[in-house]
Amino acid sequence: MSSQTWAHISNGLVYSTIVVLAVALMAFAADLAVGTGRKRSDLAKQRRSSLARQSVGTSGDTALVAAASPETAAEQRWARVGVSLTGLAAALVVAAVITRGISAQRPPWGNMYEFTLTAVATLLVIWVAMLPKRPEWRDLGVIVVLFNVLLLGVAVLVLYRESAELVPVLKSYWLWIHVTAAIIASSVFTVGSLASVMYLFAERYERRDIAGQTGGVRDAIGSRLPGSDQLDKVAYQTIAFAFPLWFFAVVAGAVWAEDAWGRYWGWDPKETWAFVTLVIYAAYLHARATAGWRGRPAAIIAIIGLAAFLFSYFGVNIFFVGLHSYGGV
Amino acid sequence: MPTDAINALKAADSEAAPSHQPTLGFVGGLRWMWRQLTSMRTALILLFLLALGAVPGSIFPQRGASPLRVGEYLQDHSTAGPWLDRFGLFDVYASSWFAAIYLLLMVSLAGCILPRCIQHGRNLRSVPPATPRNLARMPEHRTFTTDATESEVVDAAEASLRSARFRLRPRTAPGTDASSMAAEKGYLHELGNLVFHVSLLVLLVGVAWGSWFGYHGTVVIVEGDGFANTLTQYDDFVPGRGFSTSMLAPFSFTMDQFDARFLKDGPNRGQPDQYTADVTYRVNLDADPRQQQLQVNKPLNVNGTKVFLLGHGYAPVFTVRDGNGDVAWSGAVPALPQDPSFTSTTVVKVPDAQPEQLGFNVTVTPTPPTQVDPTTGPRSIFPEANDPRVYLGAWAGDLGLDSGVPQNVYQLDSSAMEQLGREDLAVGQTWKLPDGRGSITFDRLAEFANVQVAYDPGRWLVLLAAVAAIIGISLSLLIRRRRVWVRTSVDGQGRTLVDVAGLAQTEWAALAQEVDAVVASLPGAQTAVEEQK
Ligand code: HEM
Repeated sequence: MSSQTWAHISNGLVYSTIVVLAVALMAFAADLAVGTGRKRSDLAKQRRSSLARQSVGTSGDTALVAAASPETAAEQRWARVGVSLTGLAAALVVAAVITRGISAQRPPWGNMYEFTLTAVATLLVIWVAMLPKRPEWRDLGVIVVLFNVLLLGVAVLVLYRESAELVPVLKSYWLWIHVTAAIIASSVFTVGSLASVMYLFAERYERRDIAGQTGGVRDAIGSRLPGSDQLDKVAYQTIAFAFPLWFFAVVAGAVWAEDAWGRYWGWDPKETWAFVTLVIYAAYLHARATAGWRGRPAAIIAIIGLAAFLFSYFGVNIFFVGLHSYGGV
Repeated sequence: MPTDAINALKAADSEAAPSHQPTLGFVGGLRWMWRQLTSMRTALILLFLLALGAVPGSIFPQRGASPLRVGEYLQDHSTAGPWLDRFGLFDVYASSWFAAIYLLLMVSLAGCILPRCIQHGRNLRSVPPATPRNLARMPEHRTFTTDATESEVVDAAEASLRSARFRLRPRTAPGTDASSMAAEKGYLHELGNLVFHVSLLVLLVGVAWGSWFGYHGTVVIVEGDGFANTLTQYDDFVPGRGFSTSMLAPFSFTMDQFDARFLKDGPNRGQPDQYTADVTYRVNLDADPRQQQLQVNKPLNVNGTKVFLLGHGYAPVFTVRDGNGDVAWSGAVPALPQDPSFTSTTVVKVPDAQPEQLGFNVTVTPTPPTQVDPTTGPRSIFPEANDPRVYLGAWAGDLGLDSGVPQNVYQLDSSAMEQLGREDLAVGQTWKLPDGRGSITFDRLAEFANVQVAYDPGRWLVLLAAVAAIIGISLSLLIRRRRVWVRTSVDGQGRTLVDVAGLAQTEWAALAQEVDAVVASLPGAQTAVEEQK
């Protein structure tokens, strides 16, 4: 088959992914509407009586999960549909990445469109693959899927480029090392920061619930989310995993820049924003260990981290001129 | 009290709470300021400032990277520009306020890390504290009864914890009760954290070292020409403050051949595919010549000084004869690329021509169009040199070179010159200028390379520190400091009651498994689990 045909197949797979994800999004929304809400309010009551936590002789988290009334199969139905569809979408987008690679006859990481495609594939695969080990990640479904639909939309509408050869500076094995680490790290950062977004809603709801003054859209959302300590934990664990990897990606990029441009660090806009992202997530890890900064402030920092990452990813290529502005957009 | 145990475990890692009020007086004031500076809160705020401070450098053009764009910006923004300049916003990463942020952060870091290193050194030699009384309130707690005796259980716990590489509290330590075992593990967490932070300090030292004693410069080299590493040969040279000319390694090289390949088809037709320069270099004047191929991503490394290929362009080679028939000028002139197809422009200035000085505007098309568009002028249609053509405009008169005003080598000041006409030439063709003013021959189209030479003595230190930082932070984030306790007592029926508990410094999913593993290794635990089922 010709390179063009493979590229067409890849595009078709991307469109299918978007459709499947859109349906998955509806399923997760339905799940929020009918399912977790009830379980969630049980959890909030549990949390309020901290004694409940100590009287159970096992770990705090298992205690909470065990004590909450178990969801019925009917309650889980929509979440299950969502997870299955997301699994299908993950498979489709992985196939899209592979066919794109076959079309270009190289790993498909040559321009922003391809980076984005690979990042979506990585994010979805990581999320689906982690579910058996971390069932609590299922509650992130709605926001993870929403985020990926948006990413794919931007990729198709704004970033799309015909499949083609690499420019000379990208012909380096450091590209594969640097890009692989950056894509995995940023996918995991994204999961963590999205958990922090949900944390803000859940935490607000819990605070107001205790004060007996819930109401409004934000609380309606908050009341249907998992408990804030659960979300906080997901955020911390993911960001703690991604941080060293991101650090590594930045260092690998520097080693590569030293070969390509004759200096390991030149404060090019892309480098600057990778640095800013790193420092903000370092601040998040610090905040988690600083009295008075845990919880809400830390979550806000994690969200700023995601904003900085997104800017370093899209904003820099769109707004600034720099050495990294290769491969179109 | 378990809360005490938790606090003790946490205290080792989190800040010392500013527990007492500042004492009055100068020394007290200083000490108070120092404590503030080295607090976690200050570190957090400084980290924020660092991130924030780095941002303007990506918004405004920077002198280090693109001095030309800074000039343009200043011209376009005549009121705001000078103010931005005053605050160093065109030189963010060399500005005093940016330096203040990272230096304060580094001082805070040193002040925070040194005491913790000492503390950690002590911790390494300390023994785990005695088993707390109430194990039931620990985050992980298991209990079962067994027929084994108390000392059998404690012995088994000791063996299993030791083989899991826990540090044990010696049973002979004062205040240890014989019916319990206390163990601690995960000192690498703290060590990793310290290595990470210390590495950041070392990294900054490496960066500073490199920029102080290093240099970088760029030079345009036409195919066939050579370069010797002396100051005068550079087109642009940026030395560090501690630089002296003795640091210029005495190497030299000639660029034997340069080859640029471009994609010939596909959607990105015309996009560069690979640049290759064949060079012959000598490490010093007396050394044997050696060959190497330079490519983008493949620099030449001469004992730590690196030569990089950054870009390329075309340099037409001309021979100019004057009115007397003498060769007044000959050589290659690098031309500035104007578009991705390498339509390039340059000028030839011939001050020695008789009877009048000559000047030429030159447009180069590596692959000429079949028909020149009259509005855009000649435009190359492909970046490779296939039947190249030059389009010339000839001028005679005074080049203005003696006026003392420095001239742009790529521009002709034709204010005191008269235009002689236009012509276009293929390789080998000659244009006879009107009125017997001479001729110009387009001999061939050579290529030139933009080469950067860089010497950075700090880069190994930087790399080493970065690798150490990555290892350190990984250890720190993967490993948790945790304590495990086993306590035995005799219950009402004369059986041995066993309590096993675990506590990690921060929430840590693997703690439960670790405690379970200890439980499983104790005599009678297996049957206890089955009884429960
Ligand atoms: C150069 C800037 C700095 C960066 C990039 C940085 C980064 C980090 C990171 C990523 C962590 C998380 C590691 C972990 O949780 O084990 C951490 C932890 C820590 N940092 Fe920093 N740090 C910096 C400066 C400082 C300073 C100035 C201080 C002292 C005031 C400090 C004190 C600490 C402490 C005490 C921890 C341990 C927190 C815990 O118990 O988890 N750091 N740092």
